[in-house]
Amino acid sequence: MSERVEVAKTYKLFIGGAFPRSESGRTHPVRDRRDRLVAHVAWASRKDLRDAVRAARAAQAAWAGRTAYNRAQIVYRIAEVLEGRRDQFEAELRVGGMTSRAARANLDAAIDGSVYWAGFADKLEQLAGGVNPVAGPFLNVSQTIPLGVCGLACPDDGGVSGMLGLVCPALAAGNAVVAVAGGRSALVSSTLGEVLATSDVPAGVANVLTGDHAALLGWLVDHADVDMVDLTGAPADSRADLEARTAENLTRWAATGGAEHLGTIMEFRDVRTVWHPARIL
Amino acid sequence: MATTPSRDVAARLGEAFADYAPSAEGRDIVTIRPEYGLVIGGAERPAADGATITTIDPSTGDALARVAEAGAADVDAAVAAARRAYDGAWGAASPRDRAKLLFRLARLLQDRAREFAVLETLDGGKPIREARDVDVPLAAQHLFYHAGWADKLEYAVPGMRARALGVVGQIIPWNFPLLMAAWKLAPALACGNTVVLKPAETSPLTALLLAELVDEAGFPPGVVNVVTGAGATGAALVDHPGVAKIAFTGSTAVGKGIRRALAGRGVRLTLELGGKGAHIVFDDAAIDQAIEGIVDGIFFNQGHVCCAGSRLLVQETVAGDVMERLRARMELLRVGDPLDKNTDVGAINSHSQLVRIREFVDGAVEEGCAVHQPSRGVPDAGFFYPPTLVTDVGGSERIAREEVFGPVLTVQSFRTEREAVDRANSTRYGLSAGVWTEKGARILWMADNLHAGVVWANTFNRFDAASPFGGVRESGFGREGGRHGLEAYLDLTPVRA
Repeated sequence: MSERVEVAKTYKLFIGGAFPRSESGRTHPVRDRRDRLVAHVAWASRKDLRDAVRAARAAQAAWAGRTAYNRAQIVYRIAEVLEGRRDQFEAELRVGGMTSRAARANLDAAIDGSVYWAGFADKLEQLAGGVNPVAGPFLNVSQTIPLGVCGLACPDDGGVSGMLGLVCPALAAGNAVVAVAGGRSALVSSTLGEVLATSDVPAGVANVLTGDHAALLGWLVDHADVDMVDLTGAPADSRADLEARTAENLTRWAATGGAEHLGTIMEFRDVRTVWHPARIL
Repeated sequence: MATTPSRDVAARLGEAFADYAPSAEGRDIVTIRPEYGLVIGGAERPAADGATITTIDPSTGDALARVAEAGAADVDAAVAAARRAYDGAWGAASPRDRAKLLFRLARLLQDRAREFAVLETLDGGKPIREARDVDVPLAAQHLFYHAGWADKLEYAVPGMRARALGVVGQIIPWNFPLLMAAWKLAPALACGNTVVLKPAETSPLTALLLAELVDEAGFPPGVVNVVTGAGATGAALVDHPGVAKIAFTGSTAVGKGIRRALAGRGVRLTLELGGKGAHIVFDDAAIDQAIEGIVDGIFFNQGHVCCAGSRLLVQETVAGDVMERLRARMELLRVGDPLDKNTDVGAINSHSQLVRIREFVDGAVEEGCAVHQPSRGVPDAGFFYPPTLVTDVGGSERIAREEVFGPVLTVQSFRTEREAVDRANSTRYGLSAGVWTEKGARILWMADNLHAGVVWANTFNRFDAASPFGGVRESGFGREGGRHGLEAYLDLTPVRA
């Protein structure tokens, strides 16, 4: 053995700022295009999902309480850290079946998209909130407020940009997220947890689960403490069922696709209106 | 000049609690070159006629550097360079690329924050605590905030398509040299314009250092050009036919002159001019917090602040209490070496400004006003002026009507909200006002009735890149910061559905 033995990476979950294996002890094999085994990735259970939602809930209020400017800088930091990890992500995307060119384009989109959403954190209120001219001596202000904990169904073939395209607008808007990735994107989503962990995103604000998409999404929409789900990456044949199940807790749902416009980030916000007398009585 | 140094309890408190060992910020982090040129088309060059001005450290009077003084030929070259960049690389840059370059510039400024803070204090005389905690972080925030707008301009004004204007001339004052530079450059660049920036003659160094960062960040040459100089340089920029817009921050008199010069030329203009801000304290206010607000409102940056709360209006029932606490608080203010981290009030920016402040206060005494200053003195060398209260003010005196731009606060009292509003509005200015009361409805009613572009309630001198800033009446027009500030740098046309 003249060649150095490489140290292989263990692909784990990202919950509450830590990288646990699945409590189920189960993993899922990921194979490259020639069907060679690349790695076993953690296979999240329903208990892992509950842990992730609990971590997200615990972290959300403090995250929303930070200034929009601070959230903007942290989302921008994601782009900075991502830029330095391009080679690693490109290799992992290629294992997942992307060409080099497609992988690089995916990373460009992911990094630039993070910059785009960073800039939205301290603009959203000015675009979606405002003063309402009520017919009385009152100041009437509608503020946009975060939804709380958002579950994100990341697209299987979306790579890095598919996942960050959902995570970044949700974070910029002040939510905590549980991102769920299945299939081939599990390799990059596990590494993305490392990016989020080193970008000043507070522990628990972003959580990443890999595993069986169909099962995880069902548990996510059924969870009473999840405020919103983005079903962008939900398997087509499960969409109607998932939408129907959101009726139980009236969980909001959307399928933003991570499209870069105001409409996407508004899916991650709610509205609160405040009245105050404006005349001396 | 007649003053009344007080030797009361407050003064003894001051001696006990306000004397700290000096804690000087090191100046070795900054390298000041002996000479600086103009920044035109990405290169530094002397003025065509070789003219220079000397910028000094106002806390000592010592020369810091010689800086090129741009003449009409230099301004012409700068506008031409800005035009080439606008027609070339900058005009072709995508909104996303503009955003990324501005984000990068914001980060570079954050990285070198300490260096900028020390240089700002050396060149302008403001306390290092303020340069470090206010000027530099806020400058970075303006760059960061506007970076995010560069690729979202379709949302700037609903229903309107937004395009850049072209070459923008920006003339900034000496009181917040770096902050004003960033505050003006950021929206102009985010909106796709190119810039010729004219810093003030007494404090040009941080704008020149910022220009180095612009280059380091990778902006194409000519996107930001800096022409240092005095009034004549600014006038040459205003008179130049290649400029699509002028943004000016400075005195009302010069602002009026610029408007006359631009009449009939179709050049866009925004003016951020002087003020005579009223600071109104009601009897239900949290008095200790109000005292801090009053002190910040007038002594922040030696009162060299266009939105300073230079007129205190206090409700009659609490006037005695407020004045007693204010005098006690003033005893604790440390006036001195701007680089000392304990210093509250630094150096007056220039000798001519010091003379002007003295004339105002001497004139107030001649008009029958009483003057109070803390018992501790000010340094002998350099340009310093003590925090000053002027009482027995009727309202018609020069000191009550005109902008002093120094650490001088006039005091009057009032009985009713209406009287407070009438007194506050009895000026041609309309930049800022402060209201201190625990009653929300009263705050909103006052805000509704005050002639002011910015009203602070139970706080004062708050600034944020996301918050539009600017005046009404003779304090100027146009807003800077926030979504509203973008309009000044955009050509807007309706989008037809």
